[in-house]
Amino acid sequence: MKMVKGAAVLGLACLANSAMADDALTVYSYRQAFLVEPILEQFTQDTGIKVNVVFAKDGIAERIAREGRLSPADVVLTSDFSRLMELVEKDLVSPVNNEVINNNIPEVYRSPKNEWYALTMRVRNVYSSKERTGKVDINYEDLAKPEYKGKICTRSGKHPYNVALVASMIAHHGEADTKTWLEGVKSNLARKPQGNDRDQVLAVKEGMCDFAIGNSYYYGNMMMDENQKSWAEAVYINFPNQDNRGAHINVSGMALAKFSPNKDNAIKLMEFLTSNVAQQAYADVNMEYPVKADVKPSKLVASWGEFKADPLPIYKLAENHQAAVKLLDEVKFDL
Amino acid sequence: MILGLTRSWSLAGYSIAAVIILPLIALIVQAAFPDEAVFSHLFDTVLPTYIANSLLLMLLVGIGSLLIAVPAAWFVARCEFPGRRYFQWLLLLPLAMPAYIVAYVYTDMLDYAGPVQRALRAAFQWSSPHDYYFPAIRSLGGAAMMLSLVLFPYIYLLARTAFMEQSSSLLHASRIMGCSPWRSFWRLALPMSRPALAVGVALVAMETAADYATVSYFAVPTLTTAVYDTWLGYGSLTAAAKLSAIMLLVIFTLVGVERFARRKQELFQKQSALNDSDRYRLSGFKAIGAWFYCSALLFLAFLLPFIVLTGYAIEYFEQSWDDRFWQYSWNSLYIAVLVSGICLILALILMFVRRVSPRSTDSLPSRLSSTGYALPGTVLAIGVLVPLTYLDFAINDVYDWFGARGPGLVFTGSAIAIVFAFSVRFLAIAIGSLENSYKRISPSLDMASITMGQTPQQLLIRVHLPLLRKGLLAGALLVFIESMKELPAALLLRPIGFENLATYVFQFVSDEKLEHGALAAIVIVFVGLIPLIYLNRSLEHTS
Repeated sequence: MKMVKGAAVLGLACLANSAMADDALTVYSYRQAFLVEPILEQFTQDTGIKVNVVFAKDGIAERIAREGRLSPADVVLTSDFSRLMELVEKDLVSPVNNEVINNNIPEVYRSPKNEWYALTMRVRNVYSSKERTGKVDINYEDLAKPEYKGKICTRSGKHPYNVALVASMIAHHGEADTKTWLEGVKSNLARKPQGNDRDQVLAVKEGMCDFAIGNSYYYGNMMMDENQKSWAEAVYINFPNQDNRGAHINVSGMALAKFSPNKDNAIKLMEFLTSNVAQQAYADVNMEYPVKADVKPSKLVASWGEFKADPLPIYKLAENHQAAVKLLDEVKFDL
Repeated sequence: MILGLTRSWSLAGYSIAAVIILPLIALIVQAAFPDEAVFSHLFDTVLPTYIANSLLLMLLVGIGSLLIAVPAAWFVARCEFPGRRYFQWLLLLPLAMPAYIVAYVYTDMLDYAGPVQRALRAAFQWSSPHDYYFPAIRSLGGAAMMLSLVLFPYIYLLARTAFMEQSSSLLHASRIMGCSPWRSFWRLALPMSRPALAVGVALVAMETAADYATVSYFAVPTLTTAVYDTWLGYGSLTAAAKLSAIMLLVIFTLVGVERFARRKQELFQKQSALNDSDRYRLSGFKAIGAWFYCSALLFLAFLLPFIVLTGYAIEYFEQSWDDRFWQYSWNSLYIAVLVSGICLILALILMFVRRVSPRSTDSLPSRLSSTGYALPGTVLAIGVLVPLTYLDFAINDVYDWFGARGPGLVFTGSAIAIVFAFSVRFLAIAIGSLENSYKRISPSLDMASITMGQTPQQLLIRVHLPLLRKGLLAGALLVFIESMKELPAALLLRPIGFENLATYVFQFVSDEKLEHGALAAIVIVFVGLIPLIYLNRSLEHTS
């Protein structure tokens, strides 16, 4: 009988765990803790509004959809653009028409209907081996050329960063040409897609391949990491398509949850995330490019030089997202 | 049975069974919905590869573990060589090692950037992967090897028992007829233990089908990873449910094979067992060979990963020994305790009904309640979420109707979803354990108690409970350890922001930095060792 009582007590305890304080904000975040927590703490200090932040690598949109009107989520932070689109497509966000935010975020970096806002941006660039290839002028299109056979490393094609790149290729070249391109890239891979962006740089260092596709901030983050500094030092960072349309840009961003129980405070938080303080923190902590015009990237990031960005509006990627996923399946990119 | 059991007991049994098979029913219903063409797209493109990979992996792991386990079982059961007594239980240790941890350790060692290939390159002055061939560890073959290394003990255990229980008179006869040990192995022992081996292979294949972590780490797409990706990537629960249904088809076929094999097995094993003097005494090279084989197996499947893990844990102790480590350990612990408690109580009710009910149909609830074990964690998660979400909304609707503010997501927003899923999956273990214990209690005890005027409750509490103590403990321990280890269901069902040791460790594995999670991984392994020791002891007593 003791056991029954014990079980009952534990059961109640786990019920109680789930209940959260009413006035606090709940943030669902795809972005990692180390990056978001300091910024949110600053917000709590400034405003006295408590923020509970919870992280998940995937499945947040699916979860909010299932939670429906009972969802405790107020604000969603995403690490890339396709996740923002997923939220919009599933009708899980509510538009914000806020002057402060609209002044802080340039028009190209937010949805035309104010359904989402970009917070930071990064280039999907091509790393090249210092030892074997040197710095290169390269276009994404080149990656499919036969001379790169067995020389390219990348993470899973289905990863949102790669899906967004494929979506931009579709936007510029159409589906048929993009499919041919994907087949070409696949046949040039030195190994089956695996690991994360940093692993690809390590693979270049180890001689497994000469080129790796990766996001720009990893270069800075690896430089700051004692164990990984030597990986980054083995490669150059190359901004692709500089002689033509410019490099593919991806963004991290935020959206207001449709059934946010605490909309006023949620918008206060969103305002704060577009402020100079928060934007500078993003730039310094994670080596990304801030979207707010008067905030400068970190010194290290600035040292990589200026680059030309693909002017394709971010929301245009959305239209090709599903098509990109399907093409990746069709060419069996990861298999 | 003469005892007229009150209706309320059978009703309790049927209610429990209904709740336990709810996820399975929900899954089938969900799979029947149309799904906006996601499934047909998958079917046209990648699905055939996923299915082929799943089947091939199950086949390879089955063969792999069979090849590893049978010689080991033969040496330990039928030969005498130095260290045999220790190997008997040492070879069970790999069961405590989650496959994805073994996979991680070997990948670190055998990958292009790992020490083995680096040393080879230095020794032969190769400079790029084009200069030499080295099998890729992150491949289907690699995954099959890793899974075989941790799953072979299932077959080893069953084969060992089968070899030991084979009749000694048959063995003597074969010796008199001039059979060499080899011939006796091929012509007698192996064919006679076929049913046991089939059960073992079926078990191993089921565990392989349920594996999510290893294949996802190795980027080998299988049905399990496809369910996960379809649900969270394509956002289609229905297509994921359809994939799950395909998987269940495969698994229930395996269960059928297992049942069929086990039915035969009983016929074979009701004869006098071997004793110590019947073992072949190995000497010289043969003894060294047997010793070396068992040692190498133990080293590769357990010691090496364990040593590497301990090394990591010590090196990163400072960073790992923090509040989060305690929080996640506590989460794992209370869920495992809760699930063990629930499974035990439910199993006790179900088995009691089956034992004392005069109606033969009353064994149905306990049989139905055992089906949960066949559902892989990913599949089960879908089955659990569908009804719990429905329930959550129903509760809030009632509150709304009364004009009050609802309690929010009571079931899906808390650890209750995990507890429910784990209970569904592991109840079969508790039932099995009690079933064995009940077999050893003579029915005449029940009759005696009834004639002395005991009610069913009194019979359960005053007679059965004390006699079932060992079975209860064994069942609880096994459920406890499985709950500590179970990963995919926890990954999919945890309240957002909730971590336990398994999800915490896996996060580090998928981020390629297990070093930081090694301490937590060691805790999982250690907890897993406890029931193994217990299991082996009880086996030795019976043999």
